[in-house]
Amino acid sequence: MQFMLLFSRQGKLRLQKWYVPLSDKEKKKITRELVQTVLARKPKMCSFLEWRDLKIVYKRYASLYFCCAIEDQDNELITLEIIHRYVELLDKYFGSVCELDIIFNFEKAYFILDEFLLGGEVQETSKKNVLKAIEQADLLQEVSYLGSWKEN
Amino acid sequence: METVAQREEKFSSFLTLPTGYKPFFTFPVGDKALDGYSKKKYVCKLLFIFLLGHDIDFGHMEAVNLLSSNRYTEKQIGYLFISVLVNSNSELIRLINNAIKNDLASRNPTFMGLALHCIANVGSREMAEAFAGEIPKILVAGDTMDSVKQSAALCLLRLYRTSPDLVPMGDWTSRVVHLLNDQHLGVVTAATSLITTLAQKNPEEFKTSVSLAVSRLSRIVTSASTDLQDYTYYFVPAPWLSVKLLRLLQCYPPPEDPAVRGRLTECLETILNKAQEPPKSKKVQHSNAKNAVLFEAISLIIHHDSEPNLLVRACNQLGQFLQHRETNLRYLALESMCTLASSEFSHEAVKTHIETVINALKTERDVSVRQRAVDLLYAMCDRSNAQQIVAEMLSYLETADYSIREEIVLKVAILAEKYAVDYTWYVDTILNLIRIAGDYVSEEVWYRVIQIVINRDDVQGYAAKTVFEALQAPACHENLVKVGGYILGEFGNLIAGDPRSSPLIQFNLLHSKFHLCSVPTRALLLSTYIKFVNLFPEVKATIQDVLRSDSQLKNADVELQQRAVEYLRLSTVASTDILATVLEEMPPFPERESSILAKLKKKKGPSTVTDLEESKRERSIDVNGGPEPVPASTSAASTPSPSADLLGLGAAPPAPTGPPPSSGGGLLVDVFSDSASAVAPLAPGSEDNFARFVCKNNGVLFENQLLQIGLKSEFRQNLGRMFIFYGNKTSTQFLNFTPTLICADDLQANILVYL
Repeated sequence: MQFMLLFSRQGKLRLQKWYVPLSDKEKKKITRELVQTVLARKPKMCSFLEWRDLKIVYKRYASLYFCCAIEDQDNELITLEIIHRYVELLDKYFGSVCELDIIFNFEKAYFILDEFLLGGEVQETSKKNVLKAIEQADLLQEVSYLGSWKEN
Repeated sequence: METVAQREEKFSSFLTLPTGYKPFFTFPVGDKALDGYSKKKYVCKLLFIFLLGHDIDFGHMEAVNLLSSNRYTEKQIGYLFISVLVNSNSELIRLINNAIKNDLASRNPTFMGLALHCIANVGSREMAEAFAGEIPKILVAGDTMDSVKQSAALCLLRLYRTSPDLVPMGDWTSRVVHLLNDQHLGVVTAATSLITTLAQKNPEEFKTSVSLAVSRLSRIVTSASTDLQDYTYYFVPAPWLSVKLLRLLQCYPPPEDPAVRGRLTECLETILNKAQEPPKSKKVQHSNAKNAVLFEAISLIIHHDSEPNLLVRACNQLGQFLQHRETNLRYLALESMCTLASSEFSHEAVKTHIETVINALKTERDVSVRQRAVDLLYAMCDRSNAQQIVAEMLSYLETADYSIREEIVLKVAILAEKYAVDYTWYVDTILNLIRIAGDYVSEEVWYRVIQIVINRDDVQGYAAKTVFEALQAPACHENLVKVGGYILGEFGNLIAGDPRSSPLIQFNLLHSKFHLCSVPTRALLLSTYIKFVNLFPEVKATIQDVLRSDSQLKNADVELQQRAVEYLRLSTVASTDILATVLEEMPPFPERESSILAKLKKKKGPSTVTDLEESKRERSIDVNGGPEPVPASTSAASTPSPSADLLGLGAAPPAPTGPPPSSGGGLLVDVFSDSASAVAPLAPGSEDNFARFVCKNNGVLFENQLLQIGLKSEFRQNLGRMFIFYGNKTSTQFLNFTPTLICADDLQANILVYL
């Protein structure tokens, strides 16, 4: 996968994960163009399109568009399922996730994504394992703050 | 309750305060240092602001400091900040790399995980330099935890992608292959991704992974839905891993070991069988996952291209998908079938679905699906269905999206030319193309139709007649005027007998369009007029009047003016014989590679697969690659015998694969003399090549459409030796080829030449 973007129906970017090195200017340009292209698609159209020399796989969940750019030889259907798995993970973690959760807990969204995908490839497909890793991290956070509170 | 939009409105106004937001973020230095929690909070806020799209130019140092904290969350935020805001400040990079090194060396798996994630997310060259050696060791060490192994594998993959030279192969490669047998499926998944990329560049090193992958895959595919527990996704066992294993297998040819091969075939058949079974769940996720594995399996079958049974089954399965309810599946089926169409085993099977595809072309609402249908029609076209397909593509063209028209035009042109049995059909098709989508018919297309008409006597009359009729339409495209003008100029005489297309009528027809055309077209029409003067003396006076008119002779455009003046003069001064010679019919064009194909390739990029390329590829001969001959054989070049063995390359048969013996184009090349030689001057192109030999000893000296001359020379002290290679670029045999080497007199005194 080359990158993943999450954006609202008004075109506001909520999460951006880039798996290829690009300059800031290029990233902004790509984001702008792609958001426009995807938002222009009608509801019944298919989830895949060709854009520049990449394949774009996108799906809308409530008010958020999840958009992935994959290379020519990658499998589109499995990418759709990657998106779905990520949504499931977010859902399980936040409990009925909505756009606000992603906005205000963006760092958690990134952490979950990192446990699931790394370097553009699927790292761990077991939902249980990913969530377990995040829970452990959260636990460490609480412990460390309990510790510091005790110190103070 | 506030909406998101209102919140953001408030926040944005905060950011654009006249003093900026910096005062709100003071990072005190010295003894009043912030505690870890606050630092983390501020860094996090900065990150949020950055992600909204504003630029951040401070806070990096603090983020780097967070890395060395022992608290997990502080470290985490520090790493997140760095991965998102990559900085090329070298001082910071050193510190960052240091922190990462410490974390990697700590035996704490969570810290190691964070460090690996950061490397994978940033993947810069400096990091690669620092860590590319470390990570393979972590990956294969026995005591590494599974989650760390996963991260290490993908981290290595990222580094390899950005800096492949810094990741050398080593002992660790065989250990990585063994990871495919690991208990933990997450590790297997990560390892498979890594091996797939590495195997593309180093197939030999990872050959052993094939049999392991096959056995893993068959275990997954045949497992019951409860075996894999959490790795089962909506009743599909480990779909991601299956897809990855299938991708890995596509890096290699079909396995040679019959046992492995048998197992793989069984596996693929099982996957194909499962597709026919009723679904275990109504959810779209189940069918997507199942079909993802199916499509990847089909890709593998196509890649191997060796089992006709599997290929035909795959084709039938895709055929079923062509009519599926879900648009996604129809799209993917059309795409896969394109690749299937080029395999000889399944080409026929693909053709049976032509009606469905044509129907899709007409009825699909989604333009991207229609595009795939066009691609598939192009791929499945052959002699038997060419006429039908071209007709369908033409009717689609009438309503097609503007952005794809040029591509369709090129494809129709190529198909029409390749599969034309009856060239009248070809002419009709191209004229239709111009009529429907004239703006998108590029130059190459109409040059080609003219070349073909000129080369083929049988179609010239038909072309003239058709073009004449087409021109009578009230509004015809300028390209049609160009084609029509040229053809009538050459072959108008063939239809002049018919009173409806008498010379005067032809001329009037063309001239009526004259003023509507652009300058290049008008120039072409003027040439046509002078050809008419030659062909039809009865209209000479009329044409001369036109040429004589002020709008031509005093035209603002220099080219038009020049042509008008010269043609007028030519028509008055020259006798009929001279006129006839000057304006003789164009000779046939030499056969060469279609420039249309080149243009299509350029448009689509290098990934297009067309078997048309093979048949059209010019059989040009790489002369300079010929084996070095013994010097005595250069004398063979001067013997006029037709079967002379040029360059002693063994018996040269008439086939154009090697440099054939003789040619009718004796070219005189004088290498050392300047233009003072009395022989034919060097052709213009060779001046550039000539200069090249000042610093090079080998190279191409001269090249035109018929012949390529290469030179290879070696010098030792006062002795020099030159080999001259002659390459035949046409597909016909050269006869009576006589090259002559001449050494100018003044040089003769200085150089002793032995031929």
